[in-house]
Amino acid sequence: MPAIAPDFQQDFFQLFDLPQNFRLDNALLERYYHALQEHVHPDKFSHLSEAERRVSMQWAMRVNEAYQTLSNPVRRARYLLSLHGVDIQEESNTAMPADFLMEQMEWREAIEEARQARDTAELDTLESRLQQEIRSLESQLATSIDDSRDYAAAAGDVRKLKFLEKLAEEIASAFDAIDT
Amino acid sequence: MALLQISEPGLSTAPHEHRLAVGIDLGTTNSLVATVRNGISVVLNDENGRALLPSVVRYLADGSTWVGEAAQAVQSEDPANTIISVKRFMGRGLPDIGGSSEMPYRFVDAPGMVQLRTVAGIKSPVEVSAEILKVLRVRAEDALGGSLVGAVITVPAYFDDAQRQATKDAARLAGLNVLRLLNEPTAAAIAYGLDNAAEGVYAVYDLGGGTFDISILKLSRGVFEVLAANGNSALGGDDFDHRIYCWLLEKNGLSALGASDTRLLLMRARAAKEELTEHAETRVTAILRSGEAIDTVLTRQDFHDMSQNLVAHTLQPMRRALRDAGLAVTDIKGVVMVGGATRMPQVQRAVAEFFGQAPLTNLDPDKVVALGAAIQANVLAGNRGGADWLLLDVIPLSLGIETMGGLTEKIIPRNSTIPTARAQDFTTFKDGQTAMSIHVVQGERELVADCRSLARFELRGIPPMVAGSARIRITFQVDADGLLNVTARELGSGVEAAITVKPSYGLSDTEITRMLQDSSQHAQDDMQLRALREHQVEAKQLLEAVQNALEQDGADLLDQAAQARIRGSMDELRTVLQTDDHLAIKRAITQLNDVTVAFAQARMDKSVSRALGGRKLTDMEV
Repeated sequence: MPAIAPDFQQDFFQLFDLPQNFRLDNALLERYYHALQEHVHPDKFSHLSEAERRVSMQWAMRVNEAYQTLSNPVRRARYLLSLHGVDIQEESNTAMPADFLMEQMEWREAIEEARQARDTAELDTLESRLQQEIRSLESQLATSIDDSRDYAAAAGDVRKLKFLEKLAEEIASAFDAIDT
Repeated sequence: MALLQISEPGLSTAPHEHRLAVGIDLGTTNSLVATVRNGISVVLNDENGRALLPSVVRYLADGSTWVGEAAQAVQSEDPANTIISVKRFMGRGLPDIGGSSEMPYRFVDAPGMVQLRTVAGIKSPVEVSAEILKVLRVRAEDALGGSLVGAVITVPAYFDDAQRQATKDAARLAGLNVLRLLNEPTAAAIAYGLDNAAEGVYAVYDLGGGTFDISILKLSRGVFEVLAANGNSALGGDDFDHRIYCWLLEKNGLSALGASDTRLLLMRARAAKEELTEHAETRVTAILRSGEAIDTVLTRQDFHDMSQNLVAHTLQPMRRALRDAGLAVTDIKGVVMVGGATRMPQVQRAVAEFFGQAPLTNLDPDKVVALGAAIQANVLAGNRGGADWLLLDVIPLSLGIETMGGLTEKIIPRNSTIPTARAQDFTTFKDGQTAMSIHVVQGERELVADCRSLARFELRGIPPMVAGSARIRITFQVDADGLLNVTARELGSGVEAAITVKPSYGLSDTEITRMLQDSSQHAQDDMQLRALREHQVEAKQLLEAVQNALEQDGADLLDQAAQARIRGSMDELRTVLQTDDHLAIKRAITQLNDVTVAFAQARMDKSVSRALGGRKLTDMEV
């Protein structure tokens, strides 16, 4: 069969017919996601031709990828910046501000202590505080990307957010470890 | 018993006939088959009116095979050749199977999926499972009066790629066309008809004979979306039986029992467990081979105490699933209990306590999975009147590859909605290197050794270049069955690398072909006949689909030349269908598919452009 590669020229925002902003109505995104999947999902094509099934697979995967990217703030920000030609350079740029790195160490220590002490209440507290920091960084991102269009500043914020995401994962691991 | 009405009875599915499709619950302990008849999902019973088919297969020296009640009733007579709970062996190697030394089977120790030496030869768990599926297929065809277009087969949500592939292979061996591999908790959610009355987030707690699944699903406007899946594919009712068995040995000062006595006491243990659901105590009696008599009383309290930590083991996956979904227990609107083992009072209590609410148990926990599978089978077969809902399921375990130093790199994270694809770029490290090997694993751990080895992919045909200049894009694709497919392309030249897959715990295509041949006395003829029938069904389905497509969108999206090409290809297929040449039919099918690719793409573009338009209109009206 000829290689099937539907011409996905649209970017993810165009696919969902949403403005290219960081600020996003999550409920709306979800409704559009469902609406799209209702039209492209393989389950709707199971009894049809193989050609249609293949096209459906390609589209369903694309829609899933788009939704996974747009529904997660960090991925959405990274994607937006890439659309503006700005590469976060997460791998190469490890030079974060010293005070930020200090904070990261403190966070890590607090999580490790809570894990050793099997203190889930403390982990809950840390998790709430972390979520607050994440929210505030996200709102900063909204301003730099949507309002001032300062993509360099935004890139720095996204790098910070990635660090915070890692912390969230460590808290989850700590919960897991205590649970075992 | 009428359970779920999904369309008005009497509404015909014209213009085409109702396609016969079934849902099959291939369980550790019992298996069932169900179908949608007159708009209602019903379980199909055997000639004795029984719905449950014990998942027990007995091989006899004369070459005959007993499946179900007959085999189960006498299982203690010949335990080595009476295979129970074969689901625990699917896609597993011998080291994976806990307590294998206590089992009466003669395991074949070799890398790959475990095998069993029986009086009828060496059997793969895939072959054993196929025997069970065959009985259900025949039961369905007899009850429905015709051949099946296909079946939806359920699997535990926490089954990995090897276990899923083994299930699909078993179905193929049994002569079934698999419409979909459906996760058991999702099937149960469908059967509960949660899409209608009940929007919100639900938890499905599925404790079967050998597997435990917890799924968190969100239901909204006819969309079932799985948020997280977790579980333990080696924990189930069997383990509770085993606790009672060990306790019986202790209480009666027994040790080193023979295979028959072991099997006998396990049967008694199971019966006792079930008795204790209704009664506060039960008496266990048995006569061993030696003539020694067992007569012990087991109380519900004692049973609760000895099995408490098994129940506790189900809580951790629940906490993990909630965390993955980003939810708290208070966000859960309702809890659905699935699987016979959930009848145990201590399980119901623990679940109610965990979620702070009484679980929903109004549907028979033994049947609910098959019923849900039948509902989906009805839709996938293309019957009209299927409810207008959508299932978005996930892959339960991360997929990754082995990198330097025995570490894993995750390519597709767990709980990603399927179908999904992820690409990763690689390069060569020797000049002129034309081949590459990739080891794919599944699991959450950092070290490859702690993850599940799925397969080794060999790529060949990479154009020879200077080291480091080749850019090989490997695309990992997980389909709607949760199965992995890998493609590779060298980006510079566009050359598609040929991929051979060596599944770590699965069967190769040659092995399956051999099994198909072995299972029939007139092997060659049967294979041809089977292939012919399959292609004929596919051809008819294809012709109908293309005809409908042309009628709906032909004038709109195609010029005269393209329409003529398609009709020409259709005519060729119709002509060749008059013959018995299955190879020619297959070629004509391929040709028609090729010729309609662009049309399919155009139709999808048109459909997608309408998708959001309609939604926005609805939004504005709100």
